[in-house]
Amino acid sequence: MNQTTLSSILFGAFVAATLFIVWRAGRTSKKSTDFYDGGASFSGFQNGMAIAGDYMSAASFLGIAGTIALFGYDGFLYSIGFLVAWLIALLLIAEPLRNSGRFTMGDVLAFRMRQVPVRTAAATSTLVVSIFYLMAQMVGAGALVSLLLGITDPTAKNYIIAGVGILMILYVTIGGMKGTTYVQILKAFLLMIGAALLTILVLAYFKFDISALLAEAAKNQNPKNPDAFLQPGLKFGKEILIDPALPASAANTNVLATLWSKLDLVSLGLALVLGTAGLPHILIRFYTVPTSKAARKSVNWAIGNIGAFYLMTIALGFGAAALINRVTLTGGWKVDKINGTKCLVDKTLVQIADPANTKACTTDSIAQYAALTDEQKLHAVAADTSGNVAAPQLAEFLGGHGQIGGAIMLAVIGAIAFATILAVVAGLVLASSSSFAHDLYASVIKKGNASPEKEVRVAKIAAIVIGLVSIVLAIGAQSLNVAFLVAIAFAIAASGNLPAVLYSLFWKKFNTRGAVWAIYGGLFSALILLIFSQNVSGAPDSLIPLVGGEGLKFDFFPLRNPGIVSIPLGFLFGWIGTVTSTESNSAKYAELEVRSLSGAAIGKAAQH
Amino acid sequence: MGSSENEKVWEETQASPEFQALKKKFRNYAFPVAILSLAWYFLYVLLTGFAREALATKLFGEINLALVLGLLQFVTTFLIAWAYDKHSTKHLDDASDKIAREVESKLAK
Repeated sequence: MNQTTLSSILFGAFVAATLFIVWRAGRTSKKSTDFYDGGASFSGFQNGMAIAGDYMSAASFLGIAGTIALFGYDGFLYSIGFLVAWLIALLLIAEPLRNSGRFTMGDVLAFRMRQVPVRTAAATSTLVVSIFYLMAQMVGAGALVSLLLGITDPTAKNYIIAGVGILMILYVTIGGMKGTTYVQILKAFLLMIGAALLTILVLAYFKFDISALLAEAAKNQNPKNPDAFLQPGLKFGKEILIDPALPASAANTNVLATLWSKLDLVSLGLALVLGTAGLPHILIRFYTVPTSKAARKSVNWAIGNIGAFYLMTIALGFGAAALINRVTLTGGWKVDKINGTKCLVDKTLVQIADPANTKACTTDSIAQYAALTDEQKLHAVAADTSGNVAAPQLAEFLGGHGQIGGAIMLAVIGAIAFATILAVVAGLVLASSSSFAHDLYASVIKKGNASPEKEVRVAKIAAIVIGLVSIVLAIGAQSLNVAFLVAIAFAIAASGNLPAVLYSLFWKKFNTRGAVWAIYGGLFSALILLIFSQNVSGAPDSLIPLVGGEGLKFDFFPLRNPGIVSIPLGFLFGWIGTVTSTESNSAKYAELEVRSLSGAAIGKAAQH
Repeated sequence: MGSSENEKVWEETQASPEFQALKKKFRNYAFPVAILSLAWYFLYVLLTGFAREALATKLFGEINLALVLGLLQFVTTFLIAWAYDKHSTKHLDDASDKIAREVESKLAK
């Protein structure tokens, strides 16, 4: 039995087990609104595991390990931002949100406002954030599956994306929040076990000498300057030289470009740490527990889990850096889009080795691939400049490369990565379909006159439609960088949602215009700045790439991450909107404040 | 029961000294701690951007100051989460439960 068969069997087993769990959960649901909150009956521990399962996406598992493997220390910055972010959720959001809302982010935002404009805005930003995040996960799923199953045919890749999409639709429509929660809990356990296994194997390989592990990683990846690999600066906040051919010195530093590059690092840090508490699929998880105390416990369980996992990414990332050579991590072969032949990626260009697969294979590179032995071909994986396959490659190495142990490890870690993606996409579809049904359909279209049964039926239809739309979008977006899509989602969540949520909970004067301006102002600032940045044009790895310095160029905004501008703008728009409107509802604020701090009348709808 | 009577319950509770004390206890802890955690995190981010020579100092073998500061962010996050839970259990939970019960008994009238 080879690794591909084993991967398929393990993945099939996970799918079968989760479908069974979801079917059982669907059968035991009592009220129709269990679709939204799973009956609000999970314990703090269960929800803590589910939060971890909902939060740690493929970007965490594969992306961070890969970034550390290729760029060393800088990958660690993601881990820290993603973890510290939970303190904001814990201290300011989780408990008051649980106490004052029922099913969606819009519940809290619209609590004391005019329903139609605020719920429309809340649903819009929920859908935008969730769909960008969904696309990122599904594009990642397609790439991962094709790697592990050795599929390179683009049509087969599309089938895989469609398959992931159909599974998430099934999870959500059959199991609702309850089923999705169980899938996320199962995934969190699998992910922790898989990461712990790899961590122990890596540490044992280096006889538990972390210094030796780091030294080997640095030497293997950055032989010319090993120390730099263990310091910040290889990926974020780079020093930009005037003439890259000359050595770094004060005279050879482009001061302005370097400053922008460092501000971009700060901006990324800001988006990471403030984005989490504005992600709708994370916020609705706080509604699945009965009390604010349980919400607090669940965040603490999640912090423990997520923190432990991110600590392990250090071992995973530096382990892959130490044990897998750089060509394998980044280069390997690629398939020529024009005629389907395989060729070897230019090893000198490993940093930006044609991520969009736009360059055709040359006769030489085809000949180079053909000259490899079968063993080398197996070891040289598909071109991937993000290092997304570093963790599976590490697993294969530790199990024994080319041996049955290696095949088993690769299959196991691959199946865990699938499970990771499936649990996250299900959470995203649930959040967006809930918001569509509860915010848009029930409150805006039906003005609060829809029965709960009808509302949940609409939510299920919305889940199917959102699932199908994201399948189509993800198939079209396959050449996009996964990290870029995730960055958009975090930046919009931090700019559009967080200011509105914080103002709603803690600022008495906040009103309808303030809420609407905060959401749309933050959301559109983030989107517009992204469009006019190098994410979209003006660089070799942009959406519209510069080829040989030529191409469409409208990158007027010098930062890749808009957070440092768009997040303050979200707060500013919310403030201006509030003070320019005379509307104020002090009675409703009294109710919101008492509810949010005391938990009185928890889970009961506010009267409008 | 009319919604104006309910409104009165919420407003009276909000104005009560018990509620104001609870609100003060919550805000006096959560707000400064949230701001300090963010400040500590941004100090770290700024150091990784602008104080790279200092962060490159090796402390034990290959383990440099940058890695130690990063790990300290984990330690402080765990500690703050634990301390906040302690604080809430000790100072906030009973008071908030009491207010919730009172409000609910008045609303149910």
